[in-house]
Amino acid sequence: MDDLNALRDELLAAIESADSTAALETLRVSALGRKGTVTGLLKGLGQVDPEQRRARGQAVNALKEAASAAIDAKMAALADSALESRLAAESVDVTLPARPLPEGRLHPISQTLDEIVAIFGEMGYSVAEGPDIEDDFHNFTALNIPPEHPARQMFDTFYLPERPDGSRMVLRTHTSPVQIRAMQAISGGKANGLPLRIIAPGRTYRCDSDMTHTPMFHQVEGLIVDRTTHMGHLKGCLIEFVRAYFELPDVPVRFRPSYFPFTEPSAELDIGCDRSGGELKIGAGDDWLEILGCGMVHPNVLAACGIDPAEYQGFAFGMGIERIAMLKYGIPDLRTFFDADLRWLKHYGFVPLEVPTLFRGLTP
Amino acid sequence: MKFTLSWLKDHLETDAPLDAITDALTALGLEVEEVHDPAKDLAAFTVGYVVEAKPHPNADKLRVCIVDTGSEEIQVVCGAPNARTGMKGVFAPAGTHIPGTGMDLKKGVIRGQESNGMLCSEREMGLSDEHQGIIELPEDAPVGAPFAKIIGLDDPVIEIAITPNRGDCLGVRGVARDLAAAGIGTLKPFTAAEPVAPSFESTIQWRREFPKGAEGACPMVVGRTFRGLVNGPSPDWMQRRLLAIGLRPISALVDITNYVTFDLGRPLHVFDAAKLEGGALTMRFAHAGETILALDGKEYTLDDGMTCIADGAGVHGIAGVMGGEVTGCTADTTECFLEVALFDPIRTAATGRKLRIESDARYRFERSVDPESALWGAEVAARLVLDCCGGEASDLSIAGEMPETAREVKLRADRVKTLGGVDMPVKEQRGILEALGFTTRESKGAIVATTPSWRPDVTLEACLVEEVLRVKGFDAIPAVPLQRDSALPERILTLGQRRESFARKVLAGRGMLEAVTWSFMAEDQAALFGGVPAELHLENPISADLTVMRPSTLPNLLAAAGRNADRGYPDLGLFEVGPAWRDDTPEGEDIVAAGLRTGNSGPRHWAEAPRAVDAFDAKADALAVLAACGAPAGNVQVSRDAPGWYHPGRSGALRLGPNVLAWFGEIHPRILRAMGVKGPVAGFEIFLHRIPKPRAKGGKTRALLRPSPFQPVGRDFAFVVDAEVPAESLSRAARSAEKGLISEVSVFDVYAGEGVGEGKKSVAVAVVLQPQDRTLTDEDIEKVSAAIIAAVQKQTGGTLRG
Repeated sequence: MDDLNALRDELLAAIESADSTAALETLRVSALGRKGTVTGLLKGLGQVDPEQRRARGQAVNALKEAASAAIDAKMAALADSALESRLAAESVDVTLPARPLPEGRLHPISQTLDEIVAIFGEMGYSVAEGPDIEDDFHNFTALNIPPEHPARQMFDTFYLPERPDGSRMVLRTHTSPVQIRAMQAISGGKANGLPLRIIAPGRTYRCDSDMTHTPMFHQVEGLIVDRTTHMGHLKGCLIEFVRAYFELPDVPVRFRPSYFPFTEPSAELDIGCDRSGGELKIGAGDDWLEILGCGMVHPNVLAACGIDPAEYQGFAFGMGIERIAMLKYGIPDLRTFFDADLRWLKHYGFVPLEVPTLFRGLTP
Repeated sequence: MKFTLSWLKDHLETDAPLDAITDALTALGLEVEEVHDPAKDLAAFTVGYVVEAKPHPNADKLRVCIVDTGSEEIQVVCGAPNARTGMKGVFAPAGTHIPGTGMDLKKGVIRGQESNGMLCSEREMGLSDEHQGIIELPEDAPVGAPFAKIIGLDDPVIEIAITPNRGDCLGVRGVARDLAAAGIGTLKPFTAAEPVAPSFESTIQWRREFPKGAEGACPMVVGRTFRGLVNGPSPDWMQRRLLAIGLRPISALVDITNYVTFDLGRPLHVFDAAKLEGGALTMRFAHAGETILALDGKEYTLDDGMTCIADGAGVHGIAGVMGGEVTGCTADTTECFLEVALFDPIRTAATGRKLRIESDARYRFERSVDPESALWGAEVAARLVLDCCGGEASDLSIAGEMPETAREVKLRADRVKTLGGVDMPVKEQRGILEALGFTTRESKGAIVATTPSWRPDVTLEACLVEEVLRVKGFDAIPAVPLQRDSALPERILTLGQRRESFARKVLAGRGMLEAVTWSFMAEDQAALFGGVPAELHLENPISADLTVMRPSTLPNLLAAAGRNADRGYPDLGLFEVGPAWRDDTPEGEDIVAAGLRTGNSGPRHWAEAPRAVDAFDAKADALAVLAACGAPAGNVQVSRDAPGWYHPGRSGALRLGPNVLAWFGEIHPRILRAMGVKGPVAGFEIFLHRIPKPRAKGGKTRALLRPSPFQPVGRDFAFVVDAEVPAESLSRAARSAEKGLISEVSVFDVYAGEGVGEGKKSVAVAVVLQPQDRTLTDEDIEKVSAAIIAAVQKQTGGTLRG
């Protein structure tokens, strides 16, 4: 049996020292192949003395299995090390920049508008619309601003050319004409359209341009008409709006008497701010900042829309969207809103991930 | 509207502190814009007594002074020639900010002598340019007293914003009345209105000459003649007040007219009587083309809609707007004629607007002046003229009649509660109205208020509610939460509004930046985009490059892309969802989602090079928006008829039959050149409102998904077709071969050139076969392949590439 032990040592040593899968394969053939040494021993068992045959048979088979297992193990080891050296060779500089994908942004006006809609939507307002090019009736007369009313001078109106009938269309100077359209739509058709609760965002235009005015800007209008809404509701609604929008639950709010032709009584709403240190901060402070105008709908406005002011009443408000966007997000210059400067849009724009809601949070 | 605290106290008996007064003003709707207290700026400056002034040991022109500040004696080195022992001057301790120099005063040693403060000149105090010597104060000035008080600069100036409805508060007295109503003191009696005894008959008379029916242009005018006047400077107190509110004192007569304008909201004018002809002045409409040299030194040409004041020689005043230069009062005036008139607010406003004259008189007349002031104004003015200029006053010349202004307005007892939200006793409501000058009585559960002559703005019950509420204070209105009708919020956006939002999110999600650009643009650029009808040209554009309503959003985005490229950012994607106009009707306003991509698809990168943007970028953007907005994406057809601002060979329309949903493509190089923008630029315009509305039937339920258990099989085909055959018709042909089995046909290669022949191209498509009921056999696949080849051959003339 010594010959088997010698062969075993020789074979295992050769397997161990094989340095490639090809060499291993050669070894496998020379030992375990059809004409291999071990195979030869198995074939030669017939000539062995029957008394020893059994024991020798077992020994040769053990040798065969040992060689086979050693070859498989070595094969796996070689494959592992081959993989490792391949991986080592194909490593990359992972500090290199990833492939670029441009990131889009929403304009702050869109974001602000979505936030406004989210808040007023919770209060039961729906969103109404009207055209940017308005007639004199909707923009002025129906809003209790007859042709020679001095208040017309409050608006620097853009005019379109006179028509053959002498009328002139205007670029709406405020979103208030949408109030008129909304009320007309109700009074003309089903009277059960009341109560009415709308907001109307949109582009507005004034012939004015300086550091704090642009010829186009955005407003959002609000209107409630029913039988019972009074100034207490106006205060309640707008205080809640302001606190929700600025996400400052205790921002001070002040209502001040003011004048608008289309509301009576009229008010302006100020919020508390702090200007010390040259920087404007919304919230507690000993200064006030005007952010919107409001009031009870003027009886003449209701009447102009075919709604009986003896029976119905309500409130209206309007505010500049850019202005409250600037205040909330700290955007310093109104004029930059319309410049489409890529750097500005990327910096002040919003990731289009979700629509603002009160329950998930407004500004991401 | 500006006034000083002491001026206010001429009309208001109060000891309320300044803060309480300004808070009350704002709460009343007379919003305080600014309070300037000159005493605060000068607080550090006090009266100093020069105990001793001796020559500086080391400097000829300097003196070393020991100054008694009232609390201690301090050494000050002073260079003024008039610094001397025993004088009183203005002392500033070290650390004081010196307004005239803008510097903070420091302690120092001047040529070996300590100096711990300063004796100030007028220039150093910022009061004048006088710097010859230091200010000398009267001997009786109390040492240590604030300097501001000594010179009468301790009168805070209050500036308030007056809303257009409150003409009555364009005089200090009106402001005082509001404050008194709000509980800040008591309104003093109006004694200045008592009649002045005339000493002679007026030598000049007022006349009114208006066409019948137009007398309202000047319902009433009152005047009187003064003689024996000396028109010197007005008294100090008047000058100080005028200066404090920013008016330059001129002469007593002129200052009086200005003073009464601001004190009582009653504009006046005085003519030099010696310069008037014919013993009469007439209120009339101007003759078109009449001219007047006005007090501002400019000549104005009037039209026949303007009221003027004229004598036989010509026009001497533009009614309610400005007087004439020729007949104005000067230092030599000894006789003058007073004008106290009422003018139609609307006509006055129109005149001022046409002539572009802003004046204190116009400002008040167009907001309406108290009609009763026509009479009392003549008395107030007379008293001041006699006081300031001496002489004597004539009787009154009156033309026209005082218009009736009193109205009765009813205020239901509960209306302040039901409209204003505040439960207030009727007595309190009446008290407020009475304090504002209304007379009130009660009738059938309502207050009947008669308006005072100075409140033409109060016409309705709601106006009275406002009066009561603003005096009570809006803070008194309890805030009531707004209740929603339903437990959960309802859907509040229209389909159109949601689509605008979808479009924004999709495009931003595709890496584009949302812009908001002007709704208007330059006419010449608009012409490149189909032009603009005359009705969309602005009459009064704000600038030459914003003259017409935009027919398309693309030009403004292109201009923006150009600006960004000029700043060094040539590669970008911009979009805007907003209006574009076809005409001036509401239906002519389209909501368009437009966008463009310029330059390269991205920055240079080590792993992969960017490519130039092209029509297929724009097509992908447009299709993505259409899909998000619910357009039936599978049915959208592509045609080659985009408008002329697109590249004619690299653009298309996305349509459903005749309904064009969008245009896309590369922008025409000629347009880019005209707009100064470097290409390539690929853009799109999507007409959101043209996307069909989803069918109402079926609700939100989706068709049941039936995934096939059998594996799909892919086969590729390359066809040679004529070059002009659209790839889409080839795909359609292939798909039509066996609709139930072919689930997808996509073009993966297009080749023209060697091997396919002149005027031909090879189009390779990948076809996916998706069996539903069994595994496909080779035979099945062969059969379908043959059908595909036949269909393509039949519909496009294409042959399988060998």
